Amino acid sequence: MLDLDALTQDKKPQGMAQEEVCIKVHNLNLFYGDQQALYGIDMHIPRQKVTAYIGPSGCGKSTLLRCINRMNDLVDNVRIDGTILLDDENIYAKSVNVAALRRRVGMVFQKPNPFPKSIYENVAYGLRIQGINDRRTLDETVEEALRGAALWDEVKDRLHDNALGMSGGQQQRLVIARAIAIEPEVLLLDEPASALDPISTLKIEELINELKEKYTIVIVTHNMQQAARVSDYTAFMYMGKLIEFDNTSHLFTNPSKKQTEDYITGRYG
Amino acid sequence: MDINKIGHHISSHYNVELEDIRNSVLKMGGIVERQIELAALSFTSYDMEIAEQVIQQDDFVNRLEKQIDQACTEILAKRQPAAFDLRLLLSVIRTINDLERIGDEATKIAEMAIHLSDTEGKTRNEEYYEIQHLAELVMKMLRGALDAFARLNVESAVSITGQDAMVDREYGSIIRQMVARMMEDPRNVRRTLDVLWTARALERIGDHACNICEHVIYMVKGEDVRHMSHEELERKIQGS
Repeated sequence: MLDLDALTQDKKPQGMAQEEVCIKVHNLNLFYGDQQALYGIDMHIPRQKVTAYIGPSGCGKSTLLRCINRMNDLVDNVRIDGTILLDDENIYAKSVNVAALRRRVGMVFQKPNPFPKSIYENVAYGLRIQGINDRRTLDETVEEALRGAALWDEVKDRLHDNALGMSGGQQQRLVIARAIAIEPEVLLLDEPASALDPISTLKIEELINELKEKYTIVIVTHNMQQAARVSDYTAFMYMGKLIEFDNTSHLFTNPSKKQTEDYITGRYG
Repeated sequence: MDINKIGHHISSHYNVELEDIRNSVLKMGGIVERQIELAALSFTSYDMEIAEQVIQQDDFVNRLEKQIDQACTEILAKRQPAAFDLRLLLSVIRTINDLERIGDEATKIAEMAIHLSDTEGKTRNEEYYEIQHLAELVMKMLRGALDAFARLNVESAVSITGQDAMVDREYGSIIRQMVARMMEDPRNVRRTLDVLWTARALERIGDHACNICEHVIYMVKGEDVRHMSHEELERKIQGS
């Protein structure tokens, strides 16, 4: 006999409250000179889930993403107040070693940016600068990272070819392999598929879905549908403010804020 | 049409979502099928415990309908399905509506059984033979429709829609018998009406089974074959 109760149990995704938090953003304000770009952002990014930022151009989503590994430190005239806690540790504290932070929080950009080196050396790069040169360790890590990035089968016979000879989609997966080779905790993806064709895009999305087993992933995307397909939680930003942050299914079927609804249904502006 | 077609997306998660939905529809179909069987049994055997069971199961069926509906809504919102995937989801949304209505009809039969046993007491009557027969016919249709859904089998879907004529004939013959019985003795009217409503519920179940077959044809062929006679439908499918 069928267990009817089990069959009709609610399979709704968990609410934010049940998730383990990886990153806590608290009252974050960011200024480029006099211009304020982020206004009092508060959000808890759940561990080993995919969180997507969506919103129109200039809404601050990339800026917010870059705060999570302090990429904005490299920009002149930037002032940041508020806190970002990674595992309850303030990443903006004076004692924080930024290079060490960026090892924990890897980043992949819109345009694939492999080094003009071999495929193998691209992935091994992060280990080499940490002083790891043992051949066996490198071989193992490179293979594992390429497998993790769903690229191994395509490149295993040409590991020593130049990475710039790969297709755009492959290059982007290589860059992801390079990021995961140093075993970060968090992966930040800034428009990782916007320069790719639809099939390569779907491959990257499938990869993201596999990577969340091990990493906390935060992704910025212009493509709302991509956010809907790939993420567990979605944040809608507008003019530097976080308008709505919710479970992706809920946000795309029944958003709480009118601004969100207007944006995702193409009524914005 | 290849059943495995569902499982060929680059996104493995999407495959799982669609497969889950399909499986849930088949589970829902299985429960509804059992509901009809038990409802007919409660009617012919005067077993009120069974009738109660049918009524209770309706709640599960309703919950499943909402759950599957929600899952479809989420896929529509999140994945923008196209072509076969889109038709699959539309067909599922329509099919679960028919299944839920079948569940309601089965519940009505069970309620009728309880009502009838209240008015008749425990004395058995002979006229339920036709009801049993009609129930078997429509159950067979529903089973076939669900099978066609599972296998994406257009041929069997078309052949099942042809069986509805037989159901209508049986239903017509029950009506004639019941009218005669009411004319024989007005004291029979109330009881006979219960039998009539039951026959009517079974006939409706046959219609819903046909609808499901039409959804299967739409899903596989992309042809909207609703509101056509069986002959028109056959011609259309053969021509396509």
